[in-house]
Amino acid sequence: MALQGNEHDTIAAIATPYGESGIGIVRLSGPQAKRIAERIFRPRSGPRALTSHHIRYGEIVDPAQERTIDEVLLTFMAAPKTYTREDVVEINCHGGFGVLRRVLEVVLQGGAREALPGEFTKRAFLSGRIDLAQAEAVLDIIQAKTDEGLRLAEEQLRGRLTQEVAVLHEELLGALVTIEAYIDFPEEDIDSPSTKGVVEVLHHTLAQVEGLIGAYEDGEIYRDGVKAAIVGKTNVGKSSLLNQLLERERAIVTAVPGTTTDVIEEAVNLSGVLIRLMDMAGLREPRNEVEREGIRLARGKLSEAHLIILVVDRSRLLDDEDRRIFREVQGKRTILVLNKIDLPPCIEAEEVKEETGIKDLYPLSALRGDGIEELKRGIVGAVVQGGTKRGGGDLVPVNLRHKRVLEKAKGLLEEALEGRRREIPWDLTAIEIRQVLNHLGEIVGVTTPEEVLEMVFSRFCIGK
Amino acid sequence: MAKNTDATAIQFRRLNTKKGPAVQSSRAQSDRQAYRLRMKYILENQPLLEMKQGEVDRILVKGGRVEGVATTINEAFNGQAVIVAPGTFLNGLIHIGLTHFPAGRLGELPSVRLSESLREIGFEMGRLKTGTTPRWDGKTITFSRLGKQEGDDPPRPFSFSTGGLPHEFLPCYITYTNPKTHEIIRSGFDRSPLFTGVIEGIGARYCPSVEDKVVKFPDKERHQVFLEPEGLRTHECYPNGLATSLPLDIQRKMLRSIEGLEKVEIMRPGYGIEYDYVNPIQLKPTLETKLVEGLYHVGQINGTSGYEEAAAQGIIAGINAALKVRGETPFTLDRSEAYIGVLIDDLVTKGTQEPYRMFTSRAEYRLILREDNADLRLMDKGHRLGLVDDKIYNRFVEKKEAIACELARLQKIKIRPTAGINDRLKILGSNPIKNVTSLEELLRRPEITYHDLKVFDPSHDALPPEVAEQVELEVKYAGYIRKQEGLVERFRSMERVRIPEDIRYDTTPGLSNEIKEKLSRIRPMTLGQATRISGVTPAAISILMVQLKRMGAV
Repeated sequence: MALQGNEHDTIAAIATPYGESGIGIVRLSGPQAKRIAERIFRPRSGPRALTSHHIRYGEIVDPAQERTIDEVLLTFMAAPKTYTREDVVEINCHGGFGVLRRVLEVVLQGGAREALPGEFTKRAFLSGRIDLAQAEAVLDIIQAKTDEGLRLAEEQLRGRLTQEVAVLHEELLGALVTIEAYIDFPEEDIDSPSTKGVVEVLHHTLAQVEGLIGAYEDGEIYRDGVKAAIVGKTNVGKSSLLNQLLERERAIVTAVPGTTTDVIEEAVNLSGVLIRLMDMAGLREPRNEVEREGIRLARGKLSEAHLIILVVDRSRLLDDEDRRIFREVQGKRTILVLNKIDLPPCIEAEEVKEETGIKDLYPLSALRGDGIEELKRGIVGAVVQGGTKRGGGDLVPVNLRHKRVLEKAKGLLEEALEGRRREIPWDLTAIEIRQVLNHLGEIVGVTTPEEVLEMVFSRFCIGK
Repeated sequence: MAKNTDATAIQFRRLNTKKGPAVQSSRAQSDRQAYRLRMKYILENQPLLEMKQGEVDRILVKGGRVEGVATTINEAFNGQAVIVAPGTFLNGLIHIGLTHFPAGRLGELPSVRLSESLREIGFEMGRLKTGTTPRWDGKTITFSRLGKQEGDDPPRPFSFSTGGLPHEFLPCYITYTNPKTHEIIRSGFDRSPLFTGVIEGIGARYCPSVEDKVVKFPDKERHQVFLEPEGLRTHECYPNGLATSLPLDIQRKMLRSIEGLEKVEIMRPGYGIEYDYVNPIQLKPTLETKLVEGLYHVGQINGTSGYEEAAAQGIIAGINAALKVRGETPFTLDRSEAYIGVLIDDLVTKGTQEPYRMFTSRAEYRLILREDNADLRLMDKGHRLGLVDDKIYNRFVEKKEAIACELARLQKIKIRPTAGINDRLKILGSNPIKNVTSLEELLRRPEITYHDLKVFDPSHDALPPEVAEQVELEVKYAGYIRKQEGLVERFRSMERVRIPEDIRYDTTPGLSNEIKEKLSRIRPMTLGQATRISGVTPAAISILMVQLKRMGAV
């Protein structure tokens, strides 16, 4: 039920596309929009209360700690003269993507719910703001966003979180089943569930849920994106490759070696995974101070990267510079790009695989765009498969929606534990565990009563 | 039915009294013959009701509307509404060992033609299986060697309106199977219709035969057997837990291997029975069929199993058939109002592949669907429908007022933290109070009962126990109850969005073919019901909402 999205909720989302652009907008719509905005917005001057259709200057703060998150321009627009015909608040932020996420987060903490795909438009339609022809487009949006193919990578990535939550879900379900069997079949000789056993499961689940919430707070890939560094010697076509991936001109592409002396960073949404691409200065012996600085920066970034895209020019023989870079990236998760297949080949794929020890190889032409789609899939695949190891342990991707779900589960687990401490009747504990399962169900899929019964019947011999 | 149970009961027991407020349940055993005869007599005396007997073998339908029924001797009964409640008789086939024969119950003819008639109308049908236990002669049981289980004293009646109860009660007895019994059971597997593939109907997981239990739980050394008397004026005995379709010689041998049953004589053998059912997704929530206007199905024909399940459907179909004839709005209960609502919604939304039985775990709002507040949930509705007379209803209104009054009073009466008060709290095993505290706050403490409040409030007259019980539950579990009520509110907001009957799913853009097919087949009445159809995604619900808006339905 919760997934449907209640019509009376206040919804919020980042309204501008992913990326490192200077400004971005967080939009809220719904009856609570004004109240939430007033809670987190501190105007530089004038009253705290917001007046409709006025732009205000001030700061967004985390009200829990009164800590400033960003300097913003905020507009409140009272219903019905708005896009959705509900109260709408738009927050123009300045601090880049990470900050946008933080702003959205405090908005959600204030009581809004993250908007579903196409939901603002849907509301605009339901309120009669847009007409029937536009409604068709809404259907398309809703449909497109839920198209399995498009979302596949995100689904797979989420799969890692799902696995972790599924284990907890299973354990908790096991505890629930012992309680349900006990209370639903009073005439069978079924033992009372053990408080100790149930409490253990609750404690363990709580600890794990807290860990997962922590994984979000560590600021992992959903907030920062996956960092992928494009490396290779000078003039192998790194910048062209970046442009192909971004589908627009960002890096300066020339045929003069050493053009890219700065680290260029861009975010691109590949099949739902935010990938931050870093185009490195060619890692060679610097010829001047500017290059030296560029290379130093590149090395630093290299050590931060989750994934390395190593570019080799197929139309030239491998040289010492290539080999030096191979050594630099050794031991890191790397995929290999064999560029310039539009030119006559000088080296064989097998040769490069052997020298680098990397099996994951994509021949392409960054100039023409041949092979780019395969590479995109390869990048997503590598991320999905390997997760985002950085420094030490495996990190599970937790997005904001997951985090909210996990926080609700956490609160209920704490209540359930408190209830067991006070020895409340078992059926109340069952109700609380069910609610936790419902929340976790938003990540791993809903448990039907039929499944609970199935487990009861497979574990307990019941029958008249 | 509750009243009839009270009048003919031979034992009352309340179950789960220590497991929590939501799952306490009354169990009563009635004298089977006395129950049947008394109920028949009540029906015979019901004004405007004529009773006829005969074997119906076809449903008369014209232009998608029911016209009546016809019997095997070509006698026709015409009417605007027909309720079909054929139990296990539809094409029934009984199995005892490898012997099988058509029957509705042991010794009674099956309804074969009626099943064909339903199929001809166009209903999609399936086959289920259930079973029953052998009945024994109580004179041949050594009761002294069995565990005895008396009913509650004092017993609590089933119906809120029952004043007095009968005085003669009977105990039940408990015994167990043993490894020897299981060995005998296994020795009959080669002649078991269940394991040799003779039975094709699907049985219920929760109600396995004893041979099923032995197979599924080979490590369990004993299974409980509950011996229930069939009535006051009979020696016949019903052993709960021993349903079987094994051959008669195996049945006898296995019984005699059980403690206390060494000399037992079987009066009637246990048997398995297969019967036809009509997949209940072909029903509206009123239990009227979608195919034939005015035709209602109840009980096993809808794939359910159990007395309460059948009774629950009977009352809803009965009410709706009457409303239909009178041209009034249909009556349904939703999942937050009664288990009846959970049952019927499950049936018409999900259908069933095995005999369906109600369990509390099927309900989302268990804490609200309590036995003790059944009158508070349903009495108003019953009165409005004319099923609850004014006398009973007025008594109920008084009770409701008394509860509200007492809740307000407990909030108002406050006690001060004096030494005397804190001493009394200590005696009750409760912590001292530091501030002025209302009786309501005190009652919220787990260790304080409503009865305990008397100590702090001596001037107050005692309330009827059913009022005190409601007050105590309402205060003690207020937090949990409010939380469930919040969920119910959310649930109802989706339930309120009605889907017009003329909606076309095949031309709704954006829905996958699978979802179109499901929605067209089940034709949910509300958006809420649509969300419960398996495979219907949140995105599909969004699309439906847009479509409804477009049709001007919301």
